[in-house]
Amino acid sequence: MRKKYNPFRMQTLQKQTCRMAVTLFLLVALTSGISAQDADAILERVDRNMASDSRIMESSMTIRGKRSSRTVTSKSWGEGTNRAFTEYLSPAAERGTKMLKLEGQLWIYSPSTDRTIQISGHMLKQSVMGSDLSYEDMMDDRKLSEVYAATLSGEEMIDGRKTRVLVLTARVPDVPYHSQKLWIDAERYIPLKQEMYAKSGQLLKRTVMSDVRQVQGRWFPFVMIYKDMLKQGDGTEFKITSISFNEKIPEYLFSKAALKQ
Amino acid sequence: MIRFLIKGLLRDKSRSRLPIIVVAIGVMLTVWMHAYITGFMGDTIEMNARFSNGHVKVMTRAYAEELDQIPNDLAILGSAELMNTLQSKFPDMAWAERIQFGGLIDVPDEQGETRGQGPALGLGIDLLSGNNSEADRLNLRRSLVRGELPKNSREVLLSDNFSVKLGVQPGDEVTLIGSTMEGSMAMFNFTVSGTLSFGVDIMDRGTIIADISDVRQALQMEDAAGEIIGFFGNGFYDNENALHTAATFNALYAASDDEYAPVMKALSEQGTMGTYVMMSKYWGTYISMVFVFAMSLVLWNAGLLGGLRRYGEVGVRIAMGEEKGHVYMTMLYESVVIGIAGSVVGTALGLFFAWLVQKYGISIEGMMQGASVMMPDTIRARITPPDFYIGFIPGLLSTVLGTALSGIGIFKRQTARLFAELQT
Repeated sequence: MRKKYNPFRMQTLQKQTCRMAVTLFLLVALTSGISAQDADAILERVDRNMASDSRIMESSMTIRGKRSSRTVTSKSWGEGTNRAFTEYLSPAAERGTKMLKLEGQLWIYSPSTDRTIQISGHMLKQSVMGSDLSYEDMMDDRKLSEVYAATLSGEEMIDGRKTRVLVLTARVPDVPYHSQKLWIDAERYIPLKQEMYAKSGQLLKRTVMSDVRQVQGRWFPFVMIYKDMLKQGDGTEFKITSISFNEKIPEYLFSKAALKQ
Repeated sequence: MIRFLIKGLLRDKSRSRLPIIVVAIGVMLTVWMHAYITGFMGDTIEMNARFSNGHVKVMTRAYAEELDQIPNDLAILGSAELMNTLQSKFPDMAWAERIQFGGLIDVPDEQGETRGQGPALGLGIDLLSGNNSEADRLNLRRSLVRGELPKNSREVLLSDNFSVKLGVQPGDEVTLIGSTMEGSMAMFNFTVSGTLSFGVDIMDRGTIIADISDVRQALQMEDAAGEIIGFFGNGFYDNENALHTAATFNALYAASDDEYAPVMKALSEQGTMGTYVMMSKYWGTYISMVFVFAMSLVLWNAGLLGGLRRYGEVGVRIAMGEEKGHVYMTMLYESVVIGIAGSVVGTALGLFFAWLVQKYGISIEGMMQGASVMMPDTIRARITPPDFYIGFIPGLLSTVLGTALSGIGIFKRQTARLFAELQT
């Protein structure tokens, strides 16, 4: 039997549909707001672990090239995000090479030439000591929460640990990577995996962090494997041999004169 | 009869002077153009061979795949041993190790701070072993503008334009900032010993040349070489021979699956040079043929006109009872004499002008601004054996053919009509 047209029933149906749409919209808006809020909070907690007022670190960097592998050791001193000094200790060919980062400028001193050269422009894209890291990567020590907007995209397990996956999109123009994907340890707030993308969406670099230890009340990864996806070879293993945070660093280290000493 | 015809030609200038001049000009242009095209094509190939490609080049397979990027991280290791192998297997060829590299040349001020900086394309060659073959091959002595060739370690040559841009003089110190074989930053101090002008825009922009041992030290490439290049004993590229040599060498390593095993490539197998070699092989022939054909048409036309101009004279001779066949043959003989005389004079003139262009060249510097292919900015002709006979094709054959065609009219002329024509 065919139903009769009822104008009052139609009105009620329209009202119900409108109410449902508004509710759905509010729900989505609220959820995404919470998601962004969560993501920003997670990123800030990551920054609290990774960033510090000052940092003194000794490390070894094993560069696994296509034909050979070699290890470079160094000691570095960093203060805030704008000042850093690194001295290479071995092998013999690199010993005495020093790098100074000062207010957005990078200087390199080569003992064999007794010259201090500023690294700028396209040279910043070059590899550091043949590794999978570029000078640009070294230069950018800013807190992630300052330069990227984060959204939470889900949860995944990495090596048996629950991680939250954040998608970061640059909110400032002067970042080396337009977007990043971070897998954050849900308990320790340390990235366990990081992927860096170009604006085109091409994966440029991948970093896998492990050997997470607690140092001076914060969690910190002691092994990082960097892989430049556009470069041949098996990546660069960066191992921290010692690290201390928030120590007083002599002021003279952050001067060009210190490079030649 | 030939002597009689020659006397006639000499005494009647209207029958000899202009036709010989026309034939001589046509032949001269043909000879000159052929020598010019041969010179231009050959120069470009030899220049690329000497500076970059060699007649054959040996590299690792991995390096060969990315040849355009000059990937020194994929260079030949143990290059001295490979040099010995090449010298024993191919003793008639000259072999040289080379390292091509890119980097920056940084010029310090009194405080050691950067005063000037510019991108450089570097070449590491044997300059200090006492064997001058590489310096001679690149014509370095004649290219010197200021200073002298490196005599000691850590001395470098800069292209003159580059040195002017950086404001450096012979004796000044510069720092090479490059990339080691391992990929880390390389810094190496050189003293500028001299400046060069190659006359090739792409080379004059920012070339540096240093002894290969210094480059090895700078780029941490001990007993390594980016490439080993080989040259035929006669100094000229022979594509067939180069391909055969490469195939013979590559057969030695055919069983190896090592991506760093050496591979030999003939010049025509390297990048765009293959197209150029093919182009020079066929293009030169096509251009010469088109020109020979065009000149043949001109001279054929001149022969036709010459025959037609003598329409009245031929009529009188026939009216006087001379046989048509005899008239026709004498005209052909005359055209042979004119063709030979014009071709000889034209070939001599063409060779003379070609020699001038071979010796002094024609500057095309203005056209070479910003060129990305290594081409000489002065084009020089090259006189080769075909230049001595190529002019006879249009000079002799076309003139005779033109006369033969115009002379056909002789057999078509009717005696009755002939008298009517002669009366008017």
